[in-house]
Amino acid sequence: MTLASKLWIGIGALLVLSPLGLILPEQFKAGKAWGEWGVDEIQKMTGYVPQGFHRLSELWKAPLPDYAFHGWVGKDLFSMSFAYIISAFVGIAIIAGVTFIIGKALVKEHE
Amino acid sequence: MHIPDGYLSPATCGVFGAVMIPIWATASKVVKKTLSVRQVPYLAIGAAFSFVIMMFNVPIPGGSTGHAVGGVLVAILLGPWAACIAITVALVIQALLFGDGGITAIGANCFNMAFVLPFVGYYVYKFISSDSPVGSKRRIIAAGVGAYIGICAAALSAGIEFGIQPLLYHTANGQALYAPYGLNVAIPAMVSVHLLVFGWVEVIVTALVVKYLQKENSVFFEGGRS
Repeated sequence: MTLASKLWIGIGALLVLSPLGLILPEQFKAGKAWGEWGVDEIQKMTGYVPQGFHRLSELWKAPLPDYAFHGWVGKDLFSMSFAYIISAFVGIAIIAGVTFIIGKALVKEHE
Repeated sequence: MHIPDGYLSPATCGVFGAVMIPIWATASKVVKKTLSVRQVPYLAIGAAFSFVIMMFNVPIPGGSTGHAVGGVLVAILLGPWAACIAITVALVIQALLFGDGGITAIGANCFNMAFVLPFVGYYVYKFISSDSPVGSKRRIIAAGVGAYIGICAAALSAGIEFGIQPLLYHTANGQALYAPYGLNVAIPAMVSVHLLVFGWVEVIVTALVVKYLQKENSVFFEGGRS
């Protein structure tokens, strides 16, 4: 087996295990990363919502927000884990694909 | 470490976007010259690895979460400029598709995680490993130390970006317009959790893969020159 295939198997293993990144924080009652709070959390922490923050924070509607499907917030951990794996798969496929194309385009020019 | 939209002022975002343009241009130029055709699939794997490892949120019980970036590893294996491109792709897709990191903050997030992290990590690794044999233990230690210092430097950089916001942008009555905590709060908050917890995740991930690849394919490391 080539090294690349072995590494892809490793990526596949990480993909399957990725819901740990969702389940462990839940188990240990850990919140968001520092500085990645939403409007409500900022309001609670500081007592106000910074004006500029309020204006910009909802700027972008991601198709798979927080590695889940739209409207899935608050669903059970099993469903969220499913969405997480799908997100990981989609992300890996697009990111590897885009990087491969960029790499090919850059390298080709001097071949 | 993914700064969302609204935490940095548009001007700050503009500055970091502008700073990243020559970095991306140089990365393209260097990678064009140094990357070989057979390394292109590994660049793609590196980007995918960085993305998926960032999904492993590690909890501090009762506190916050964080994650490794895997960027120092990519820098060690393929060079820091190649790592810059791979991590940039991961960060842009994270922002667009998953809303992880802001659209407006792409420049700043790339500066921290696709520039500061791989470059600091790589040069620490280079400095410690110096001319030690490819299969040596010293290289694994060098990789671990590089990973640790790289991610902590990126966290410091993010902490500074957060922390300057309330100093520069506030209303007449002192309310922040964007990120609300100053340097005295933001820097210790960002750096401490990476020094204590998330930095070690980066160390373990980096050292394990370097150790594995030393055995598996030591040729890899010769491709890592920049």
